[in-house]
Amino acid sequence: MSIEISGVGKRFGSFVALDDVSLSIPSGRLTALLGPSGGGKSTLLRIIAGLETADSGRVEIEGIDATGLPPQKRNVGFVFQHYAAFKHMSVRRNVAFGLEIRKRPKDEIKARVDELLDLVHLSQFGDRLPAQLSGGQRQRMALARALAVRPTVLLLDEPFGALDAKVRKELRDWLRRLHDEVHVTTVFVTHDQEEALEVADEIVVINEGRIEQIGSPDDLYDKPANDFVMRFLGPVTQLGDDLVRPHDLQLHTDSADPASVHGRVARITRIGFEIRVEVAPASGGQPVVVTLTRNEFLALGLDVDSPVSVRLSPAAQTVAAAPAGSASGEAKSTAAAGAA
Amino acid sequence: MTTATIAPGPAAPPARRKARGGRRLNRASGLGLGVAMLWFSLLVLIPLIAVIVTAGEGGWGAFWDSVTNAQTAASIRLTVGTALLVTVVNVFMGTLIAWVLVRDRFWGQRVIEVLIDVPFALPTIVAGLVLLSLYGRDSPLGIDIANTRPAVFLAFLFVTLPFVVRTVQPVLAELDREVEEAAASLGASRFTTFRRIILPSLTPAIAAGAALSFARGVSEYGSLVLLSGNLPMRTEVTSVRILSSIENDNLESAAATAAILLVISFIVIVTVDALQRWVVRRG
Repeated sequence: MSIEISGVGKRFGSFVALDDVSLSIPSGRLTALLGPSGGGKSTLLRIIAGLETADSGRVEIEGIDATGLPPQKRNVGFVFQHYAAFKHMSVRRNVAFGLEIRKRPKDEIKARVDELLDLVHLSQFGDRLPAQLSGGQRQRMALARALAVRPTVLLLDEPFGALDAKVRKELRDWLRRLHDEVHVTTVFVTHDQEEALEVADEIVVINEGRIEQIGSPDDLYDKPANDFVMRFLGPVTQLGDDLVRPHDLQLHTDSADPASVHGRVARITRIGFEIRVEVAPASGGQPVVVTLTRNEFLALGLDVDSPVSVRLSPAAQTVAAAPAGSASGEAKSTAAAGAA
Repeated sequence: MTTATIAPGPAAPPARRKARGGRRLNRASGLGLGVAMLWFSLLVLIPLIAVIVTAGEGGWGAFWDSVTNAQTAASIRLTVGTALLVTVVNVFMGTLIAWVLVRDRFWGQRVIEVLIDVPFALPTIVAGLVLLSLYGRDSPLGIDIANTRPAVFLAFLFVTLPFVVRTVQPVLAELDREVEEAAASLGASRFTTFRRIILPSLTPAIAAGAALSFARGVSEYGSLVLLSGNLPMRTEVTSVRILSSIENDNLESAAATAAILLVISFIVIVTVDALQRWVVRRG
């Protein structure tokens, strides 16, 4: 294990940012810390980097106790959301900074900088100032700067958060490919579940200072440990007492099936290739949302107010919905049964 | 027509380039530039030229005689030397004070914030009176520097205190703390981070404050005239020297001294700017 975090706690005044968090992050993998804003994921990353000190607990990086080490001694590469470029230095000098600090010979620095600029596709921009680069280019420069010193671990704090959607998507793919090439243990923080699902080998879901679940993207999506993870990772709807993904539901017109919830179509929305049908259950309560493909929808021949029945598709995963007002801790115990 | 204009192609560009030489101004910015130039000319250029013309009226010999006059030369040396020294002190102290005000939180910070501006707001003669009663013959502190050169230094220091503080403070407050964190995680010590990351960002502001501080020092009159005693050859500064020249009906000599001060100030400001660029480039 590359990063061992045990019993880490951190408060800011009365706000509990991290509550007794323990976590093992494997070597050479790309791990995402995923969660809503203010959930503690960035604090955890900053504690790993030594930019923040934990109130309690231990941090170990590659077998070395780093709990009391200053950031300078941790050999950690850190990439910030807003690039943190050295504005008065050229791209080259930004990338060379860590090596110059380490007093490496000039020709070695030059070779390493060339290699990295090549890796991040900025070779022809070496003499520019950061202000002359686009956001995506600046973030690639920041990444090259962090990688130049051959860090033990690479930490990225919402690295694509400040970029527009298209560039974000490109950089996401690019980070994945870069990681396949470089293989440095990488941890990145994001609040975008799509980003985590697409890029990461492993996802750690953090909420309210606690870890909700750790697993591969498939595990998390298919077997969410509780209603929070289920809700956070994708769209959900409630069928009876269970949370379920809208695409895990089937619609049919057989009104005699006892396993189904019967009701009437309340609303039909078309979003591109996908049709969202809201069904108002005959027994009352929240409408159930079902997503269908266009062909499925046409085959059913539904219209608003048509009588219709909803059932789970055979492979569907459900999680017991937390009763309104209950603490999520309670929900967790029932959730385990639902996910099994 | 089309074929005819295409054929002599190579000859065309020079003519067009000439037309584009200066960017064409629209009416509003043309008017703006005109007003600005007129204003600048009336307030700055014409008076400056008048000073230089007056200085040159008696010819080169008279000019040279008046500036090499022992008493005038002593006053120029004292004024410029003290102003330079005060500026150097301000560069360090001003940056330090700005740092403390921006980066630290302490009791009474708001009060200090306001007090920093007092030398700006105070009429200089009031400052002079304050200094005289504090450091004069009947000093309650037991420090009597009346009629000595330290009095000039102290007066300069008092009136120039806010310049570097106030130019550096906003820049320091705007600095991105993440940049320092990035440097730290790349292995830079706090000192290295200060020297290579923070200082280059602050240098333009420090330089601007230093130039203002120097200019204010050279021109100072009110705050020192009471405490320094204006002793010829010892504590007489150029502003006092110029005034006494005028009072003795020697306008040329006054203008000559003023012209020399102008040149020295110009050289200092250009040097400060060059120094600033060098520090930023060195990174």
